[in-house]
Amino acid sequence: MNVSSRETASLARRRLLGGLGGLVLGAALPRVASSAPRSSISVGFTPAFVHDQHALLGDWRRHMERTLGLHVEIKQRDSYRETMDLLRLKQLDFAWVCDYPFLMLKDLVRLLAVPVYKGQPLYRSYIIVPAGNRGLHVESIKDLKNSVFAYADPLSNTGYLYPRYAIQQMGEDPRDFFRKTFFTWSHKKVVEAVALGIAQGGAVDSYVWESLEQIDPALTRRTRIVERSPEYGFPPFVAHRDTPPGLFEQVRGFLLGMHLDPVGVDLLKRLNLDGFVKGDVRLYDGVARMMHAFGEA
Amino acid sequence: MRPFDLSFRYKLPIWGGLLIVLSVAAVSSAMLLKAYEDLQRDVRISAEALGGALSKTLFSHLLHDDVWRAYEQINAVYRAGHVEDPILPEAIFVVGPVGEIVVSTAPETLPMLADLDSLGPGYAELARALDRQSGAGSELHDFATAQQRFIVFPIREEYAQLGTLVLAYSRDVYLPRFRAQALHGALIGLLVLAVLLPINAYWGGRMAVPLVELARRMERVVRSHGQDETELPRTRYPYRDELGQLFLAYDAMLAEMRQKALLERELLQTERLGAIGRLASGIAHEVNNPLGGMLMALDTLRQRGEAPPSVMKTLDMLERGLKQIQEIVAALLVQTRGQSRPLTADDLEDVRTLIHSQVLNKSQRLDWRVELPAGILPPAAACRQILINLLLNAVQATAEQGHISVQVAARSGGLAIVVANQAPPIPQERLEHLFEPFVSGREGGTGLGLWVTYQIARQLGGRIVANCADGEVRFEVWLPLENAT
Repeated sequence: MNVSSRETASLARRRLLGGLGGLVLGAALPRVASSAPRSSISVGFTPAFVHDQHALLGDWRRHMERTLGLHVEIKQRDSYRETMDLLRLKQLDFAWVCDYPFLMLKDLVRLLAVPVYKGQPLYRSYIIVPAGNRGLHVESIKDLKNSVFAYADPLSNTGYLYPRYAIQQMGEDPRDFFRKTFFTWSHKKVVEAVALGIAQGGAVDSYVWESLEQIDPALTRRTRIVERSPEYGFPPFVAHRDTPPGLFEQVRGFLLGMHLDPVGVDLLKRLNLDGFVKGDVRLYDGVARMMHAFGEA
Repeated sequence: MRPFDLSFRYKLPIWGGLLIVLSVAAVSSAMLLKAYEDLQRDVRISAEALGGALSKTLFSHLLHDDVWRAYEQINAVYRAGHVEDPILPEAIFVVGPVGEIVVSTAPETLPMLADLDSLGPGYAELARALDRQSGAGSELHDFATAQQRFIVFPIREEYAQLGTLVLAYSRDVYLPRFRAQALHGALIGLLVLAVLLPINAYWGGRMAVPLVELARRMERVVRSHGQDETELPRTRYPYRDELGQLFLAYDAMLAEMRQKALLERELLQTERLGAIGRLASGIAHEVNNPLGGMLMALDTLRQRGEAPPSVMKTLDMLERGLKQIQEIVAALLVQTRGQSRPLTADDLEDVRTLIHSQVLNKSQRLDWRVELPAGILPPAAACRQILINLLLNAVQATAEQGHISVQVAARSGGLAIVVANQAPPIPQERLEHLFEPFVSGREGGTGLGLWVTYQIARQLGGRIVANCADGEVRFEVWLPLENAT
């Protein structure tokens, strides 16, 4: 990361903090600032994967509480933006975020652990179209020009950043390449929108699409993947930079050891993940390049 | 045969049945129509509630151009678990300001961004209607060209309109529910028919049977002038309504026809007997004059005493023959004039004494009841002769040890003399000529007895009838009291 980009990010952070200052001062600051031993932590989840699986989150929370001996509060929000806001407001100690917001927030958060999916801490973006006649003519994203396209979330890499980047790489302007675009605010709903034919194309997280293929094959069968992106670092667990180092290590240890105990293995299985690794911020260089192409990083 | 010539036995049940079927059909149709209207109203009310709620929340989604949330909003209607509810719209969609589909629950037929004009004539007409729409309330559009009815709600807050929510109701959305209701109604109708039709058939038959019988009897009466016809049995129709009155009228008519026929027969007999009487008395008068002359001449011849004995013998023979003719003629010339002494009880006792020996001879029983009324009674001689004639006949006609009765009493302002005796009935054809001269019922009779009796009764202004019943032959003579002509 070069100086100018750091300066930009720093500026952006200051601007954001300044804008939200009124709110930040009210409730969040005193708690995070205290150095006393913590009895509870809050963990944020985005709709990236487990949005509809409240039971799973409940089990996750109980397992975490038992292992760490801490009270765990799970905060679930409808969009990436809301989870990011919670981090900025210091309402969260830890969060599972998409790689794109991670990079946007990299001055505010630290990489905690990266999930391992199919043996690697990587995933990719799928461009999908309706199966059957309606999507028959589409062979790549190029053929979707002037169609209705479903993005997952404006802060999603695989559901927003990558497809726009791909269009830009073709020499087109992603702002008017499609006739109409809309957000479904979750990857699963991108699959639904495309399956129902509301959109003629959509961009979806490969991990979500493949997990759905196991849970609800009837839904994914109504879509067809026409393009697969290069691999990017998997959406990571992050910790707020204000999180005490002891707590940081404690939670990281919990995540890295999950695959070693039966309850953790069961939770991972239900999440369709193999486990967690420490990971490296360089995993996300691909994302940073795309952001750079749009002048964002 | 024309349908209206059918017997009441069939016509009444058929007409009744037709009316019942028509009534049931009319009531059922009215109820179905009501049900259909109710259903339409239900749909409208449900649509108003649904559309009103949706259009409010859609405003915010459209404001943020969040079509997916808008889709989830309108699609939630179908996710609530009442997909089979017939009053749910077939499709819900939002039309944007330039007439394009913003979002729809049926993306296959109504894809996003599609121009309404390009979706067929029904939608094109809807697009024109939306252009014209100005109010803030909902509107119902029902185009002949569209397969659905549209209820549209402007998506607006204050003066900003972001689009229009359209609920499209299939035209046959009511059909399943309506069909179920129609089936239900039809079943009830059939049940009502199953109860009413047999009752109607029974009632119609009950009404028709006496009518049919009456009609048959009337037809027979017209043919036979009331002869051989009996009164209708009262049990056939014991009610006092118009039909019952018809039965009574029928009976009255029958009685009158019989009375009339009897009178006609009597009149005919009287006229015939009158003609015979006039003829007989005419001949008798014409015979009497020369007869009187001849008897006078014979008498003169005999008083002269000049004729030899053989001639005298011939004269006697002639005289006997002429005397016999004179007796017969006298019998034919019944004469009651000049007999002015009225009847007394003694006269009747005389007759009883006179006949007594003959009754004894045949060991017959004579029942004698006499009650003479007050007032001027008919002439004694005439009455005596009538009674003697009738009694002699009775004694002759009655077998030994038979029964004879005599009754003399006041009746209907006159005097009735009734003589009855045990005897086989007189045949009808003889009964009709009974009072004519020279009609004799037995060997050796002159056949003048009843003729004389009849003539006397007529000349006194009375009448005589004979009838046979219960093993009795009965002669009834009636004579007026104050009209002894």
